[in-house]
This record gives sequence, structure tokens and C-alpha cells, in this order.
Amino acid sequence: MKIRHFALPALAAAFALTGCKKSGSDASTINIGEVAAMTGNTATFGQSSHNGTQMAIDEANAAGGLLGKQLKLITEDDQSKQGEAGIVAKKLISRSKVSALLGEVASGRSLEMAPIAQAAGVPMISPASTNPKVTEAGDHVFRVCFIDPFQGTVMAKFALSKGWKKVAILTDSKQDYSVGLTEFFKKYYSANGGTITGEQSYGSGDKDFKAQLTAIKAGAPDAIFASGYYNEVALVAKQARELGITAPLLGGDGWDSASLIEVGGKAMEGCYYSNHFSNEDQSPAIQEFVKKYEAKHGAKPDAMAALGYDSAKILLDAIKRAGSVEGKALRDAIAATKDYPGITGKITLDENRNANKPAVILMVKDGKVVYTETIAP
Amino acid sequence: MEQFLQQLLNGLFQGSIYALIALGYTMVYGVLRFINFAHGDVFMLGAFTAYGLHKLLAGTLAAMPWPVSLIIILVASMALCAALGIVIELLAYRPLRNRPRLNVLITAIGVSLFIEYTGQLAFGATQRPFPELIPPIQVVSAGGLSVSMTHVIVLGTTLLLLFGLRMIVMKTKMGLAMRALSLNPTASTLMGVNNSVVISFTFGLGSALAAAGGILYASLYPSIEPFMGIQPGLKAFVAAVLGGIGNIPGAALGGLIIGITETLVKGYGQSIGIPSGYSEGVAFVILILILVFKPSGLLGKVEREKV
Repeated sequence: MKIRHFALPALAAAFALTGCKKSGSDASTINIGEVAAMTGNTATFGQSSHNGTQMAIDEANAAGGLLGKQLKLITEDDQSKQGEAGIVAKKLISRSKVSALLGEVASGRSLEMAPIAQAAGVPMISPASTNPKVTEAGDHVFRVCFIDPFQGTVMAKFALSKGWKKVAILTDSKQDYSVGLTEFFKKYYSANGGTITGEQSYGSGDKDFKAQLTAIKAGAPDAIFASGYYNEVALVAKQARELGITAPLLGGDGWDSASLIEVGGKAMEGCYYSNHFSNEDQSPAIQEFVKKYEAKHGAKPDAMAALGYDSAKILLDAIKRAGSVEGKALRDAIAATKDYPGITGKITLDENRNANKPAVILMVKDGKVVYTETIAP
Repeated sequence: MEQFLQQLLNGLFQGSIYALIALGYTMVYGVLRFINFAHGDVFMLGAFTAYGLHKLLAGTLAAMPWPVSLIIILVASMALCAALGIVIELLAYRPLRNRPRLNVLITAIGVSLFIEYTGQLAFGATQRPFPELIPPIQVVSAGGLSVSMTHVIVLGTTLLLLFGLRMIVMKTKMGLAMRALSLNPTASTLMGVNNSVVISFTFGLGSALAAAGGILYASLYPSIEPFMGIQPGLKAFVAAVLGGIGNIPGAALGGLIIGITETLVKGYGQSIGIPSGYSEGVAFVILILILVFKPSGLLGKVEREKV
């Protein structure tokens, strides 16, 4: 009996002590936080963007660090779960005392993080979130990619240019990214002569889309706009082919993952999606990046990796220009980014803290993703 | 009309998957009065076991016709998962044999979480493409309707296992022992039934069914990940409750109803203002309705507590 009474308080004390880890930017490092989906539904997004980000940080450290200190990237996994991103962002800000936040790729999770970063006065740079609402959270939130009002029109323009006058829409109603992209696609497409034959939706994590696809098939569309993320789209394509739907699928940068073709296989042939970057671009800077990335990770970089790299590089450039990591000064330096030569293009952050960049259209051909054209804003 | 028929077919196949998983839930409850929440995770382990076996034996399997390799993988995975189910029972539920029901229920949830997160550690959380055990042959493609070989096999296997289970429970000695145990555990020991053996057998059988369900599900939706068992497990649980938990034909009926209703809501909901993404809620609305209006389920009997 006596032993039991002693054990409980001792246990509680032990747990309390584990919380006291040494944290915060001490005199010799600059802490940079990263929120990424390393596991879960959209794991390739986080893994790719982390690879790119880590590469940029390692390069900077090899060159001697910044402001006389080494850079430390602290990555937290949000498991592709809505709700987790906010929790780990708070943890990075309060426990690890990061000077800036990099992340997230998925718009829904960036929308969670943005108000938290804004309230704490910590600048946040999203590598790939395209929903316009992300940067509307405040002046400390930035992004280095284009936004959906542009991306939606890209695919709409492309569809019309191919003569596809009737399109059916399939949206992931649980993802802000997908809902936003669909809205902008619809607006441009309908206003420019296209007809929407039907609109269906599903939720992230769903595996069966036969019901929605059967309803879509009845409308006989020329193409299907599937604005969701890669792991559902791959299954959608497979099931569409099983039902006898031959129309190509169109999508956005949420498709960008090696998993798309791995799972979707032959069903993805002839489908198109808009993206930030193509690793086939022959410009020397891009090819050098591709080579470095491939040597380190054994696979060619996708857009998320390139954007992760650019977001980190821009942050580091801003730290250098600001000469400090103090919140407001750093924020102002980031906002002043103009014509930065990123891997994904020349990056200038406008007054809404978004980047104005061209989009590339990629096609799935013979089991590989190939570049077809670039559409400028 | 044709679209409606296709949607019905879609619903039928979707329902047969739920029925298959629900069979396991209902059988374990019927014998042990215990809802095995870890069932959905044995389902997931079945799919991963098949994935692993296929990788291991890829060379030898390639030489055989696909029905043979399918049966080999199916039976081997079912056997492995049955063994796993027995081990789980031994470690997690047997020590709680004489404790209140609630304790075992909570333990089951714990086992479920344990399997999921250990799976995430072991297999990684990224989805893997499940090997094609059944070639994508279209069995019927008449006038717009499409039925693939995979669907036919899923339906066929569900019916086979349903029938087989009924035979085991009604016509074998072990089945007799299971029924005796479910009526009264104490009296059954007086009649010479070794309760421990029967319970282990029940779990093994239930896990084998879950594994079969997992493999067929993965054949239909070929991307597997450690958390794939949660949603189908939950819906199958609703199906089992709908049909009357403990009642084997009830599980099949419940699965079919949920599959068809969900598919029809997904397909036609758009036209009455329900976005198809809300179809997830259908199963749970049905659960609420059945619990309010007929808690013993469609085919279940009301259990009176006799003093």
C-alpha cells in the first residue's frame, strides 16, 4: 500500500520533468519551424517539401550559416490531419521559439496555421498553398506560389482551348483547396462558353466514387475536372475507366505526386493538371537543382520539393537583408522580396503577399508526367 | 433508368463488402456478447498480410492462373490473421474474462488504436498500391451497365462465407458449442464445452472473415494504408446493428441496405440539394433511426433480462 502512494507522485514528477527540454534559439542557432504532412493521406506533399526545405537549409549551413549562426530546421508532422497543423504550429512557436514558420502545403492546414502565426508575430511562408484566403489572415503570412483565382482559370482556359465544351466537376468537399479551386474554375469556364454538365463531391479518405461517377457519366462530359488531392484522384480515375468513362481528367497542383501514377496506373493516361514547376525544364538552374536533389534522394524533385526549397531560400535571403530575425524586421524584409530567382520562377511578393507566377500544364503520358505548355498570368 | 440500375449495382457491391465485415462483428457479438472494435484493424492487417505474401511469393504465383493464386493468398492470409486473432484474444481479452463488459470494450478500443499506430510505425503512413490479384475483366458490359470480375468475386465470396458460417454454426459440433456458450456460458461448461477453446475459435473465425474482407476491399480499392480499416469497420458495425447484432443473415441484410442507401444518396443527392460528399452521414443517420425505432435490429430478437 505504502509503495503505491509513493509511486504516483513520483511518476507525475517524472512526467513534468520531461516537459522541460532545452528550447528556443540559443546564442548559436537560428530556429526555423516547419509544419509538414510527413505521414497520412497527403504524405508525399510533406516529405517532398521537407526534402526541398532541408536541402536549402543544409546548403546555407555549409556556406557558414547566417548572421554568424547555424540554422536549425525543426520539423513537425501534422499527419495530414486538419487540426494537427494548428497544434504543432503553436508548439513550434511557444516551445521551440522559432523565428519563422515554413508551411503548409495544403491550403486547409495553412488556413489553420495562419492566424496563429499572425497573432504571435511570427512570419509564415507557405510553399504551395494556393487558396487566396491563406494570406488574408494577416501581414505576417506569405506564400511563394500562385493562387487559385489564377490556377482555376488556367485549367479552364486549357479545357476550352482543347475544344472541351462540356465538363463535369468532382470536388473534395472536405478540403478548402479543392472547394476554392472548383469555384474559380467554374467562374471562368462558364463565363467563357463552357457548360458544366454536373457537379459531384466526395470527402477526403473516401475510396468509392462509383456513385458519383455514374451520375457524371449520365451527363456525357468531354472532360472531368477533379480538383482534389492525388490519392483520391488516382482511385477516381481507375473507377471511371471501369465504368467505361473515357473522358480525360483535369486537375490542379494537388495531383502532384509520384503516388498518382503508382496507384492510378493506366487510368491516368491522357490526363492533365496544372502545376508550379516541371523538372524537365532545361534551364541550367533548374537542371542543377534536379541533379542535386536526385543525388540526395534518389528521385526527381516534384513541385512541392522545388517550392519547399524556394520558400526556405526566400526566408534565408530575407534574414540576410533584414540583418536580424526579429519578427517585424524579418516580416518587412520578406515583404520586400522582388524578382528573387527561384527554382520555380522569378518570385516577387505583391501587396497581398502572393507571388505572381506562370503555371505549367503537365500531361500523364506512357506512365510518366510530361510537360505540355506554360500559361502566363 | 440505366443510371439507376448501375447505381443499384454499385450499391449492391458496396453493400457486400460491408456485409462481409459485419459478419465478423455479428458473430463475435453473438457468441461472446462483446463488440470487437479491433475487427476493422484485423481487416487492415489482412490486406497488408496479402500484400506481404504477394511480395514474398511473387515469382511462384506469377506462373499460376489467377484464381489459384487468389485462393492461395486468400487462404494463407485468412489463416495468418486467424492465428493473430487468437493471439489478440489470449493477450488482451482473456485476462478480462470475468470483468465487467465495459472493461473489455475499452480494451478493444485500445487494441484497435495499438494495431493502427503500430501499423503506421511498421508500414509507414503513405498508401501503397495493392497488387492486382484479380485481373480487370469486365464480366458484363451490356448497354452501359458495367460489372467487373472483382465485383463478382466479392459478391460470390460474401455469399460463400455467409453460407459457410451458417453451416458451421448450425451443423457442426463446434457451432453447437458456440451457440451453447452464447446462451449461457456457465451452463455450457457444465455440458462439457471448453469455453476457452470455443472463444479462441470464434475469434479466429472472425479474424479470418475480417482478413478476407480486407483483401477483397483492397482488390476493389487498391490503395492500402494503416488506417484503412476505420471507416469500413464503423459502417460495417452499423450494418451489424441494423440487421440485429448477433444475427448472421441480419448482418448481410444490414450491409446491403447501407450499401444501397449510401450509393443512392451519393448518386442522386445532388439533385435534391445534398452534396454527394455528405453521404458519409447516411450510415449514421440509419444507426440513429434503428436505435430509436427498433434497437434490436431488423432481424434481431428483443432480449429480455430474466431475473
